[in-house]
Order: sequence, then structure tokens, then C-alpha cells
Amino acid sequence: MGIVSRGFSGRRRPGAENLPPGQYLVTDFPVLSAGPTPRVDLAKWEFRVTTETGQAHTWDWAAFLALPSEQITVDLHCVTKWSKLRTPWRGVPVETLLAEVKTGAGFALARSYGGYTTNLPVADLLGGQAWVAYEYDGAALAAEHGGPARLLVPHLYLWKSAKWVTGIDLLTNDQPGFWESLGYHNYGDPWREQRYWGD
Amino acid sequence: MAGTAILGRLTWRAGTVCSVRDETATARTIALSIPGWPGHRAGQHVDVRLTAPDGYSAQRSYSIASAPDGDRVELTVQRLPDGEVSQYLTEELAVDDPLELRGPIGGWFVWEPQPAPVLLVAGGSGVVPLMAMIRTREATGTGAAFRLVYSVRTPGDVLYATELAERQHGDNGFQLAYVYTRAVPAGWPVPPGRIGARMLAEPGWAPDRCPAVFVCGPTGFVEATADLLVSAGHDPATIKTERFGPSGGQQ
Repeated sequence: MGIVSRGFSGRRRPGAENLPPGQYLVTDFPVLSAGPTPRVDLAKWEFRVTTETGQAHTWDWAAFLALPSEQITVDLHCVTKWSKLRTPWRGVPVETLLAEVKTGAGFALARSYGGYTTNLPVADLLGGQAWVAYEYDGAALAAEHGGPARLLVPHLYLWKSAKWVTGIDLLTNDQPGFWESLGYHNYGDPWREQRYWGD
Repeated sequence: MAGTAILGRLTWRAGTVCSVRDETATARTIALSIPGWPGHRAGQHVDVRLTAPDGYSAQRSYSIASAPDGDRVELTVQRLPDGEVSQYLTEELAVDDPLELRGPIGGWFVWEPQPAPVLLVAGGSGVVPLMAMIRTREATGTGAAFRLVYSVRTPGDVLYATELAERQHGDNGFQLAYVYTRAVPAGWPVPPGRIGARMLAEPGWAPDRCPAVFVCGPTGFVEATADLLVSAGHDPATIKTERFGPSGGQQ
């Protein structure tokens, strides 16, 4: 336990009891991005999986939408401390995108329009843990929240859910992404409060 | 974009409040002495942790307002209407109280002293990390041309008003322009309004001069401003943003 703050009793919010450590509950949907919001033309949109041997699998927007999708409701935890519960999305499971891909890679680097990257183990993209989401709350995903499509990996801090995602590189060796190179934790499990290097 | 942001584990440290200073009716600057503070770069922030006697704790992030200065760090905290932590920090915390924090955090939204021109665009209390850049510019004597475009609701919401006015008059390398969105000062030549492309289009900071651009404020403000800058021809890669506070899009 930390140093007791004289005169602080705190305001416990109903529903906030089961949040990861250090998080607080919000009901709106804050936005955090490192730069301007890219505007992505659907006619030019592409999703590309590249394996460790350089083999590429690509989908254009129509081919991507033709894949079987899922409706999911998940909790979001941002490293800047806010959590938002029961958010409704539609997306294609990453497992579906990787189904035809021959790979023995253990690591993935997600790439976004605008140059953002984030890394995570391939295992965290499989087994119903990760989607490429394109609808939020029944409507097309807004650009400021990562539209046309973003990665959604709700069991990790939200910076891993790359907005404006355009591909995944499958890698034999782990390669830190944007925030992971700038002091944020390589894995980012909110339940273990892995916010920064060394946490 | 080297990984130099944080070199080791970020441990919780106990700072001591040296002084508090009200900036506006709803914002307060807290000066802290933090033994072992590793130093910071302009634009970085800290995590603050409050703990109740029963062990309940709450954490929030606050931008550093001061230039690097040994183990001394100043935070400016805007009180939010329902702000569990900001209300405590602006109303209860007093001189000599301990305050737990860890940092500095953030290796992206930082200005490294260098001569290239810098365009700063602030919405409300988004001015805080930009003020650290302005103060660091002064402290390091780099002479980089700085322009701050500062959008506030009313004149009473301006943080650091006196200091900014002094810098504006005493330093011709620093330009300051206010945008008032709800109420303007007496005699102000234009009615309240939002930031426009013209405010951002001063020749010294035009896209062809490749200024470093930092935009900080509420989400809607940052979205609108970044879009204006990209439309005006700034390379998106030169625009660094920091969004905070609730969404909702309206500043």
C-alpha cells in the first residue's frame, strides 16, 4: 500500500469494483492517438498478413467484409487509467485471417495507416482473443476510434488494439512497436498493471 | 524515435509539496521536491497516486509544467467537476504534504531543444505540457522561434496569463495568439469562435518551414486542429498530438 494521502477518502464508483489495478471507470469513449487521424479511402484499403518467409496474404475491403464476422462485447482498459465496460463491436477474428497462413512465427507486429505499430505474441491473437473490428455499437467505426478497421485485443491495454490497422507482420523475433519503444510495457497486461518498462 | 524515454523501472516516489499557486479559479500549480527524480524532458507527464486510509487508491496522469530543474517538478492540475483526484489536488493538498508519483512518462510528445521553429496549439489545460516546452526553450536559450496558439473558453480560463504576457513582450522569438470560444476580453476585435486555419498559417510556421507541431487539448479540439494542419499542408509526421479528458468532441 502507498503512502496514505491526508484527507483523501476517494470516491468509489458502483461497477468499478472489478477493474484492473489503478484503473477508473468512464462511460464516454476517450480518444488517445499520437498524431493526426488518418483518413483512409476504402477503395484503397488493404489488409496484409506477411509471414516470416515473406509470403503475403491480402484482402481488399470487399474481401475482408465477406469473411465471417463476430459480434463481441468486451471491456476496454487504457494505460492512461480509464476503463470502459461492455463495449459492443463487430469484427473478423484474427484467427480467421491467419487460418490459411502457413507460419511458425511466435510474434506479430501490427501495422497501421499513419505509421503506428504495436507488437504482441501470435498466441494472443488466437483463440477468440483478437479481432479486426469495423463496427462499434452497430455503426461503421469512426475514424477517430480507428476506422475503417482497428485491431481489438481487449485482454491487453488498449494501445495494443492498433487503430487504422492495415496489416500484421509475423516474425520469428519479437520487435517492439511504437509505444513499446517509448517506455511502455512490451506485453501490457492490465491485470498485472504492466504499464511501463519494468512493471 | 529512439527508445530513450524511460531507462529503468519507474518506481513510485514520495514527493513533498513545496508550494501551491492558483492559476485560475479552477486550476492550481503544485511545486514538488522529489528526492531521486531522474529529470524529465519538456512535454512528459507523471502518474500521481492517492491512497485512502483503507487502502483504496486512485491514479491519474498529469503533465509537467516546469522546465527540468533538479529534483523540483511543477504540475498544473485543472479541477474537473467530478474529479476524484483533481479535486483533492486542487483543494486539499497543502504545503509539506507528501505526494506519491512516478515518472517521467512519455517519450513521444516531447520537445528536444533545437533551433527549428515550433508551433504549439493548446486547447484549455492542454497548454500545460506546452508551457514546459516554452520554459525549456527559455532555460536552454536555443532561440528557436515559438508560436503558441492558445484556445480558451473565456479570459478567466487562461493559465500562466502573466508569464505568457511577459514572454510575449520581452522576447521577439515568441509569438502568442489567443482564441476565445465563449467570451472575449473587453475591446477584443472579433467575437468568440473556434480556432481557424488562419490562426495556424503564420508565415514563420508555414508547412514549407517544416515546424515541429505540438497539439494538446480535449479530443474534439485536437481532432479539428490536426485536420486543419494536415489540410494546410503540414506533413502528418511532423504533428504530435496529446488528447486528454472526456470525449464528446466539443471543446
